[in-house]
Amino acid sequence: MNIWTYILKRLLLMILVLFGVACIVFFIAHVIPADPISAMLGGNAPDDVIKRVEAQLGYDQPLIIQFYNFISGAIVGDFGLSLRTNNPVMQDINNYFPATLELTIFAILISTILGIVLGVLSAVHRNKMIDHFSRIFSIIGVSMPVFWTGLLLLLLFYYRLDWLPAAGRLEFFTLPPDHITGMYLVDSLLTGNWEVFKDALRHIILPAFCLGFLATASIARTTRASMLDVLKQEYITTAKAKGLKKKVVINRHALRNSLIPTITIIGLTFGSLLEGAVLTETVFSWPGLGRYITQGLLFLDYNSVMGGTLYIAFVYSIANLVVDILYAVLDPRMRT
Amino acid sequence: MSETTTKPKTGWFHLMKPYFEDMKHSLYLWRRNKLAIVGSIIIAAFLFIAIFAPLLTPYKPDIQNLSEKLLAPSSQHPFGTDQFGRDILCRILYGSRIAIQIVLIVTIISGFIGISIGVTAGYFGGIIDEILMRITDMFLAFPRLVLAMAFAAMLGPNLTNMIIAISLVNWTPYARISRAEALRVKGQPYIESIRSMGASNFRIMFSHVLPMTISPVLVQLTLRMGTIIITAAGLGFLGLGAQPPSPEWGVMVSDGRSYLIDQWWVSTFPGLAIAIVVLGFNLLGDGIRDMMDPRLRR
Repeated sequence: MNIWTYILKRLLLMILVLFGVACIVFFIAHVIPADPISAMLGGNAPDDVIKRVEAQLGYDQPLIIQFYNFISGAIVGDFGLSLRTNNPVMQDINNYFPATLELTIFAILISTILGIVLGVLSAVHRNKMIDHFSRIFSIIGVSMPVFWTGLLLLLLFYYRLDWLPAAGRLEFFTLPPDHITGMYLVDSLLTGNWEVFKDALRHIILPAFCLGFLATASIARTTRASMLDVLKQEYITTAKAKGLKKKVVINRHALRNSLIPTITIIGLTFGSLLEGAVLTETVFSWPGLGRYITQGLLFLDYNSVMGGTLYIAFVYSIANLVVDILYAVLDPRMRT
Repeated sequence: MSETTTKPKTGWFHLMKPYFEDMKHSLYLWRRNKLAIVGSIIIAAFLFIAIFAPLLTPYKPDIQNLSEKLLAPSSQHPFGTDQFGRDILCRILYGSRIAIQIVLIVTIISGFIGISIGVTAGYFGGIIDEILMRITDMFLAFPRLVLAMAFAAMLGPNLTNMIIAISLVNWTPYARISRAEALRVKGQPYIESIRSMGASNFRIMFSHVLPMTISPVLVQLTLRMGTIIITAAGLGFLGLGAQPPSPEWGVMVSDGRSYLIDQWWVSTFPGLAIAIVVLGFNLLGDGIRDMMDPRLRR
């Protein structure tokens, strides 16, 4: 199959899936709660208040009309007003999502570097000290709940050592950089605002490390496995036989070829990082989309929950689509 | 002498012999895998604690004793006490009962949903397969925790609804695996011969396809038990799962957040319990997967 046909097919499929996703979100927010309005206002709100809120949210209309309104709004990115912040939900998402994206990208960077280094080291020194260490590190990494890791990091680096700040994206008195992408690290770099850059960097290290810890484990294991496969190949033996230095063989000949599975894993972990971001953001009071959704859920702010959840699913699907397409480009056998 | 050995044996032991041989071989593989043994020991201890929790501690998990609040770990209270003077070790021991309840019920419900959808899709193929798999894709389009959070919050946050919520998002991997297995089994000649004998679709699916698909799904079920505990604890931590005063481990970690500076033990020990049990499930799951792997069984 032609690569473009494949991409087109995947895109059409994604639109279908996203429609289904919207149905699930609608079902969760409109059909499951028996009486959303009184749940929102508390048990004994006066009747006229209930009526007014119902009309304001469109809950007095038949379900099918509500569904139509929701879908037609979602297509243009209009999810109504958030009951908690009183802003349009989409505006809130635009404010909160860059924080999550920044955190996730930074976490991927940390875990990629750490994971590849650990993986290569443990493949090259197979069954030695470093390999055992990396194995144990990985097993522990996937077993520790991310919110607990976060609390331990806070305990050590904030309360005990006082090296790094605990909460938020910047110090209280630091003004955020001019809004370009919404990601403080990128914005402050672009505007050359080094003070803010340093502050933002100090704030992101702990949450990003906490979030990336889990991904580091899987990246290290994948790199190790594929590196071991590559090291068994004949051209590596040839390279060694030619008398090349071990370092050259590993860095120039082996590493590059062993990275293809690693790239896939990195793409796939993006999803699990979005998931972990919800918990990490709560622990580190990071003003991201995950925390926005969590608070929306706790306050029963239906519009922000529907908008936020749908948006996360959208980003997640795009990430998966990109991984699939990369796969297809790298490996033509996948295009079926 | 030789006559007795060549005489055909017909006892049940003889009939079952291949199975015993197989089990013996599994046991041998298990014994060789040190990490799987560690995992088994952890899980055995976890089950033991869950069953005998009341006998292992003199305290009760929900009786408050404000005169003993926030005590540091001591011989009296090995893990210290929390803000209401409750013994933390005791609450962790009782919490294991909640954890095991969650794991078992979620595994059964989501396993049932996943296998039913997967086998049906794989067996019938065509349009039914297409529809069921697209539904699976829709559930896979969410980060699992986010979807579980939404279900749990809208159903109303409590333990039961959290179990339902996790089950509703956890069935997708089982569906995919059992579908792939059903597709493989469906093409076998013996299915064709059963069909030509006039067996109904339902009968073929449940008596002949299902048993052949079950073992990789079982491996996946054990592999995912650790994830279930982590998800449940995460929901509890966010306030969307079990509610205080329940000694659910995630809730306990969340409880201790406000005391992190001076009373580190309130959050640390419940989190440690989660990590150890999840570690046990992961090691055991990996071990079982290795044992089932035909390449390693040789």
